[in-house]
Amino acid sequence: MIHTENLTKKFGTIMAVECLSLDVREGEVFGCLGPNGAGKTTTVRMLTSLIGPTDGSATVNGFVLGKQDTDIRRTVGVLTETPGMYDNLSAEYNMQIFAELYEVQDVKGQVEKYLRMLGLWERRFDSAGTFSKGMKQKLAIARALLHEPRILFLDEPTAGLDPEASHLVREFIAELKKEGRTIFICTHNLDEADRLCDRVGVFKTRMLVVDTPANLRASVFGRKVVFHLRAADEGLAGAVRKLLFVREVKVVENKLLVNLDDPEVHNPDIIRTLIGAGADLQFVGELRHSLEEVYLQLVKAA
Amino acid sequence: MNKIKTIIRKEWAEVFKNRMVIFTVAFLPLLMTALPLGIIFATRDASTGTGEAIDSQLPSEMTQSMCPQGLNGAECFQVFMISEFMMLFMIVPVAIPVTIAAYSIVGEKTTRSLEPLLATPITTIELLIGKCLAAVIPAVLATYAAFGIFALGSWLIVANKMLLTALLDARWLIAIFIVGPLLAVMAVAFSLMISSRVSDPRVAEQVSMVIIVPVLAGFFGQMAGLFVLNKQVISVVAVVMLALDALLVYLATRVFQRESILTRWK
Repeated sequence: MIHTENLTKKFGTIMAVECLSLDVREGEVFGCLGPNGAGKTTTVRMLTSLIGPTDGSATVNGFVLGKQDTDIRRTVGVLTETPGMYDNLSAEYNMQIFAELYEVQDVKGQVEKYLRMLGLWERRFDSAGTFSKGMKQKLAIARALLHEPRILFLDEPTAGLDPEASHLVREFIAELKKEGRTIFICTHNLDEADRLCDRVGVFKTRMLVVDTPANLRASVFGRKVVFHLRAADEGLAGAVRKLLFVREVKVVENKLLVNLDDPEVHNPDIIRTLIGAGADLQFVGELRHSLEEVYLQLVKAA
Repeated sequence: MNKIKTIIRKEWAEVFKNRMVIFTVAFLPLLMTALPLGIIFATRDASTGTGEAIDSQLPSEMTQSMCPQGLNGAECFQVFMISEFMMLFMIVPVAIPVTIAAYSIVGEKTTRSLEPLLATPITTIELLIGKCLAAVIPAVLATYAAFGIFALGSWLIVANKMLLTALLDARWLIAIFIVGPLLAVMAVAFSLMISSRVSDPRVAEQVSMVIIVPVLAGFFGQMAGLFVLNKQVISVVAVVMLALDALLVYLATRVFQRESILTRWK
């Protein structure tokens, strides 16, 4: 759905996006993670043909960037970094304007559908300026969906929202995912990316790495299994270390932290070894690094 | 075409909620109409008795080009005084669109609503035409309405219908119906260029107002007797304005680039 090849954007001498090559598949939720000024918004602006690339090429929904820009804009939905509502106009009129600009056939029907879906129908006659930040954000999401785009670009969809509003927005994005829409999310919220995204890309002017959150964890930290014991000691750790497939073993309080490539295959062998060595095994679990830890590790390394 | 209509409706719905815009659109034409009507009313009885004395004080170009035969000196003076206000009247089609454009274009950036708008399939030309027309149409309509009130008021006040013909001659008609809309287009194109180039919306508004200066210069120049706005001069002004408009509209479309607006306007 989105294909870029060495997409580059320079502002004067400043490199904003460098040689971005990326494929986002149909129905996929792709998370673009990166620090402020990494070029995430510039990437969204390029892919929605708001600004042109300095170099490289891209196709969005089959349309060639730079040649079929109006077609690209017609078929994608964008949630910009700030909602950008017409504060003096009612929520309904705000929506109506954009429905007309997106050439929606049933303007009233679509406006009603999305205002209801996002719980704003009762406030449709109120000026957008009277809305809270969360309501404006929901209105902006509704606006981005009016023309039923198959690709949706969401730039910081939950930035500045309270936990309840963030939760609502995330739930809605999950619903959109179920509908099979392709979603490109730029976010600082790594927990959000972890929950919503099929794949994430860590971005800092150039794309550092692209993979599923689980694979990223594994590639950065390896996979660690925690064996909770009634009492852990170096003797038990030594017994586990003798197993060939074990990379590393650490004793932490009453736990053994075991670094493995393939826990699903090797855990039974470790459990047998520990029981054979007289350990009282309480339970076993995988140590899960947060995406934030992975992200910080990658950005620091870059 | 539908998108242009949408933009115009949206602009009007937004800008006419602004009191400053309403004040400018309503008050300025009324003021510019009341002034010449007041002059005509105050001097309505001047056609008797003092004609010769006043006639001798009028500029010779004026009596030749403006004053039709059959009017006495005092009536010619009335025509002269009113023609002085023609330039002032031309402030209406300049000030109104600048005010509207300042709110409609620069306002987009302050509310950060331009990016979602530019993300729609609207073309730059459609957006510019919509925004231009949204500012030009009220200005032209206000100018026409003000002129209609002026013409009606003159008809009611002036007893000598020959004087009325002289007051509302071809110069006025060219000024109101041709130069007025051209001035409005020029003002909007200028505002667009300024808005696209500066980073501070307040600066854009203030700099755009500079467009009124040539009109005021014309007014004071005429008052000082540097030139007389006769039919030939106003026709030349109209032709020059047409060329200037074409140039400014071209430059405005060149300057109003999505990228520069999104990345320069902070």
